[in-house]
Amino acid sequence: MDLTGKKVKIKAKGKIFEGIVMPSVTGSLVLKLDNGYNVGFFDYEILEIEEIEKIESKTSLTKNPELPDVKIISTGGTIASKVDYKTGAVTSQFTAEEIVGDVPELAEICNVDAELLYNILSENMNVKHWIELARNVYSALKKYEGVIITHGTDTMAYTASALAFMISTPKPIVLVGAQRSSDRPSSDAAMNLICSALTATSDLGEVVVVMHATTSDDYCYIHRGVKVRKCHTSRRDAFKSINFIPLGKIDYMKRKIEWFVQDRFKRGERELELKDKMEEKVVLIKFYPGLKPDILEYYYGKGYKGFVLEGTGLGHVSTEWIDVIKKISEDCLIIMTSQCIWGRVCDRVYDTGRYLLKAGVIEGEDMLPEVALVKLMWLLGNYDLEEAKKYVKENLVGEITQSTKYWESMLSFFNSKNK
Amino acid sequence: MQSTTKNAVDYNSVGLKVGIEIHQQLNTKCKLFCKCPTTHRDQEESNFQFFRYLRSKKSEMGEVDKAAVEEVKRSKRFIYLSYDTTCLVESDEEPPREINMEALELSLLIAKMLHMNVVDEVHVMRKIVIDGSNTTGFQRTALIAFDGWIDVGEKIGIATLCLEEEACRKIEDRGSEVVYSLDRLGIPLVEIGTKPDIKTPEMAKKVAAKLGMILRSTGKVKRGLGTIRQDVNISIKDGARVEIKGVQDLDILDKIVEYEVIRQISLLKIKEELIKRGAKVDKKIYDVSEVFKNTKSKILKKAKSVMAIKLEGFSGLVGKEIQPNRRLGTEFADIAKTFGLGGIFHSDELPAYGISEKEVEEVKKRLEAKEGDAIILAAGESERVKKALSRIIERAEQCLLGVPEETRKANEDGTTSYLRPLPGAARMYPETDVPPVKITEEMLKLEIPELIENRAKRYEELGLSKDLALMVAESQFYKLFEEYVKKLPATVVARVIYTVPTELRKEGYDINVLEEKHYRIVLKLIADGKIAKEGAGEVLKKMIENPEMSEEELINSVGGQSGLKELETFIDDLLNEKEELIKERKMGAFKPLMGEVMKVFRGKIDGKVVAEVLKKKLEVKTNIK
Repeated sequence: MDLTGKKVKIKAKGKIFEGIVMPSVTGSLVLKLDNGYNVGFFDYEILEIEEIEKIESKTSLTKNPELPDVKIISTGGTIASKVDYKTGAVTSQFTAEEIVGDVPELAEICNVDAELLYNILSENMNVKHWIELARNVYSALKKYEGVIITHGTDTMAYTASALAFMISTPKPIVLVGAQRSSDRPSSDAAMNLICSALTATSDLGEVVVVMHATTSDDYCYIHRGVKVRKCHTSRRDAFKSINFIPLGKIDYMKRKIEWFVQDRFKRGERELELKDKMEEKVVLIKFYPGLKPDILEYYYGKGYKGFVLEGTGLGHVSTEWIDVIKKISEDCLIIMTSQCIWGRVCDRVYDTGRYLLKAGVIEGEDMLPEVALVKLMWLLGNYDLEEAKKYVKENLVGEITQSTKYWESMLSFFNSKNK
Repeated sequence: MQSTTKNAVDYNSVGLKVGIEIHQQLNTKCKLFCKCPTTHRDQEESNFQFFRYLRSKKSEMGEVDKAAVEEVKRSKRFIYLSYDTTCLVESDEEPPREINMEALELSLLIAKMLHMNVVDEVHVMRKIVIDGSNTTGFQRTALIAFDGWIDVGEKIGIATLCLEEEACRKIEDRGSEVVYSLDRLGIPLVEIGTKPDIKTPEMAKKVAAKLGMILRSTGKVKRGLGTIRQDVNISIKDGARVEIKGVQDLDILDKIVEYEVIRQISLLKIKEELIKRGAKVDKKIYDVSEVFKNTKSKILKKAKSVMAIKLEGFSGLVGKEIQPNRRLGTEFADIAKTFGLGGIFHSDELPAYGISEKEVEEVKKRLEAKEGDAIILAAGESERVKKALSRIIERAEQCLLGVPEETRKANEDGTTSYLRPLPGAARMYPETDVPPVKITEEMLKLEIPELIENRAKRYEELGLSKDLALMVAESQFYKLFEEYVKKLPATVVARVIYTVPTELRKEGYDINVLEEKHYRIVLKLIADGKIAKEGAGEVLKKMIENPEMSEEELINSVGGQSGLKELETFIDDLLNEKEELIKERKMGAFKPLMGEVMKVFRGKIDGKVVAEVLKKKLEVKTNIK
């Protein structure tokens, strides 16, 4: 009999204990005692079992006609995680009332509508989830002034890229997450959510990621969805714009946005359009010294049509690979990116690079490898091979910059300007 | 009023019940949930700082804790100082590591010494604390054992023993922001709570002393200021449970209990009087900024807003003393301070502080206050003032009911100040990042160390006085004492490891640089007859100056037994030889003679020692003495 969530009286260690049974992973009986502590028992005798009433808090929301309407779509992850400690189950409730109850400041910025689309960990996301999400966002954009997507941080940047390519948007699409679970008082969830609401109602028309800019609760950055990467396993400021600067920052306490990038996509600039086909037979391969080209042949044999190589330095793999590349590039698309992460690929400097280009490799410019992967899925899903090849080096949604700059100096300049 | 505080109280008839909670830092190598050392740092050594805000969260049971909600209302900014000895775990930027087994085993040992029952499986909990002292907004804590006892003439029950992480050190409270140091956060701590079996202030002190002695007997707890703190739970009949936090000085523990009883009795008397008067509290907060536009009060003049509330029938009682030098009004001021305000003004003390009679009358008029009503004024940023006053209204309403349950802070004089409402059990939920630990038979096979009080008794039998025996038994070098007491008289060993260092510390020497090895050298030199026992102080001084000095150098610096003899013979011969010179120049001969002696003994015997011996002998020779 499952006792979880029930109030019991037990005898253990010659003493009577009363408490509520909590979920256990070790096979012990875990009791939450009246003093709040959980304690595990292996040797006990149950004396009484009692059902307890469920406590429910209810709040209702009133719409403020002065404020814009924003849709929050949840896909799961730390920011949305809510454990029902009575049963141990993860609750799938995600109502606007709950969100605004947790973060009442949202009601001062916008009218919130909420929908729980998925409740999955972000490592379990796949291309099909992206497509369904894109369709969902697309229809929400017809009705709302902006869309916020709560997302696990692990693969948030991939989803951001997928949406950026699939949806031509006239309104902000904001992905937001949390690095510290939202059930703790120090969670970054509330501040990130407030800043994402400010972004969703701002003069913006593209897909962005809004997360803490520093370890302090001072401001959030608005990262372009195709230029951002999670660069730390646990810190609040894990997300960094790579080969670019954040579009802007939001002062948490002042509730104010300061834009760094003036030629971003603005609100109303683009027509709403959805191109939601994706080719799933695309792979990202990280090269390391000694890796044999067999891996290419394997995927080719499995019918893969797109290859993103994460090469060394300016964009290299061993010259051993050239023959295989030459063979498959006839009816495949191969993009070279760099495991340096920072900087632009250039295969015209060394012989290896020149051979690779000749063999059919296309330079991925200053795209992040994972962005190139998503772009390739989208290109192969929507265009024929020759057209797709043409678009690789072309900047479509901000994924490629015209010139490489001292981004970090630019960013610190912007940050020091208004100190 | 003054008389209340001086009357002797019959604790039995007021139904005094006291429970003590002791928090003792453990001297482990690493912190409880990370690999950082447990060392104290100077705030100047901080190499990075950041700030956060905290929010209240629903507990696993769907309730929000009252204490936590109040902290959020105050919405302060918390600044944290980070060091090269702290990591991302303290900064709440990385999940905790598994629980420190050294600390867990030590807590099991202490549980055993207190005759407690240990749980089968330890679960780490998150206890919500959102005053900023924990970066996470909760303190990690685990219940280890329950139901024990100690004997202090009578048996006092021990309810629980918890192992938890120490909070940050508070550096500065700037009102709307608080600065904390991360060096202390995460140091393992045992929290031991007695049952409310204590019936008198004296017994409270005795129990705390005994628990402290037992903890120190493990030899593995931290010593020094702030490493042990007592919380005291006090209630009387018709009063309420009040928790007093952070008593660092054991000597005032009895006084704290005594004053709290007086406070509760006074509050009950105020309640009686209020009910007799038919008093009530007006819940409205009045903005009276207008009245103080041209005030002479500096505080009110520079304030962004001034607001007032009306307590009907409270006149004369707000100024009533309830603890030495603390009035009911002081309790209200405490609340204002927790909201980042400077304090309050109340009509029982006005006109004063630059506030004129006319202004007081004007406020009373606006609030339609009658004779017998009291007015409370607060000033500052309007949101803060509103929040503080609405909380003071709540507190004033509690005056009509008696004593509110609350958490209070111990002041140095034994009085207490309001801190926050009493936290409930709702503020706990599981720390899911730390796996539970099963307590095995093997882990419980622990050898109980000798209690310091028993050790002191043994030392008394060896010939030490009662006080000295206790001091040596308490000393971290007691093992050295046991070793050398086999070779030297107990009094000599005690002098070296306790009396002499204590004297040196009083003279201003930093004896903290002396380690066990230093005392061991001194004892060895005495036991081997290489230095006189009177030379101990001199050698220890040398070691403080240069802790790396070799044994040889040390012996030479104080002459050693044989060196000294050689020196004396040499000087005697020299003085005989230079009789003419001495007759002529008397003590004036010292300088040239010193030169002669040093030619031979330089580098072998310390100059100071040489000078001393020479001077003495010269004095005798010149018949000055």
